[in-house]
Amino acid sequence: MPAVTGTEAEQRVEAPASPDELRLVAALRAGDERAFMEVVSRYGPSMLRVARLYVQTRAVAEEVVQEAWLGVLAGIDRFEGRSSFKTWLYRILTNTAKTRAERERRSVPFSALAGAELDEAEPSVEADRFLPQGERWASYWASTPRRFDELPESRLLSGETVGVAQAAIEELPEVQRAVITMRDVAGFSSEDVCDALELSEGNQRVLLHRARTKVRRALELHFEAAGA
Amino acid sequence: MSERTAELTCAELVELVTEYLEEALPGEELERFEEHLVYCSPCVTHVDQMRETIRTTGALREQDLDPGLADELLAAFRGWRGSPA
Repeated sequence: MPAVTGTEAEQRVEAPASPDELRLVAALRAGDERAFMEVVSRYGPSMLRVARLYVQTRAVAEEVVQEAWLGVLAGIDRFEGRSSFKTWLYRILTNTAKTRAERERRSVPFSALAGAELDEAEPSVEADRFLPQGERWASYWASTPRRFDELPESRLLSGETVGVAQAAIEELPEVQRAVITMRDVAGFSSEDVCDALELSEGNQRVLLHRARTKVRRALELHFEAAGA
Repeated sequence: MSERTAELTCAELVELVTEYLEEALPGEELERFEEHLVYCSPCVTHVDQMRETIRTTGALREQDLDPGLADELLAAFRGWRGSPA
């Protein structure tokens, strides 16, 4: 049985590589530079963000990304397409980043940090947004939330708005920041996040929820302040 | 019986949005969630705000890679094909 390179064995039943991805892999094997640059520009920025979750500095994160790409190239002739290319690539990246973080001094595993973040009970929406106990409609909205999607599209995805989301993510506790970056920025599957961070599905979901609700709140405050 | 069919309040619903979007709500809870949305437009708005939040966060991925790093990667790629491992 051929070994899976660079990563753990593909144990779970998971989505195999798409025909598009298989074409891409064939092009990389053939040394097609344009295909390589395309895949670097597609995944490179996310890889750098994910690497930054594990190591202290941008410089080290860049080294991690480079090392991960070397791992990808070294392993690509043996890539079998049983998982998607993206999943395979991200596994090589997170394994490389983890190894590097362990070599550097700081390596408290995410799973060890998660407990404290999970213990903190935080409401998703401030309690005073709902009618108080004793009222006929207790725990229903006291003030109606405003629709984000009535804002012009250009506004919603403007550099300014995306910057607000970015700043909110930077403020998050470490594991929540890792989960939302992997899921919503890099586009990992929940299974891949659970593997990379050694979290259960349920805990991953709780942390993702907390992260998203804080970013949502930041966007809401931003739009209110701007008098949207 | 009455407990199982108790209506979800808005304050309860907002705690379940990610489970809903992740399709992780068990059948009965999913029913209560969706029933609530039928008559509560503020909660529909809230769920949509969460979707828009995810979309806005997703826009971060399109930021460009430092050209210096991209160049180094291309050099590595050329070197890799030049010298078969």
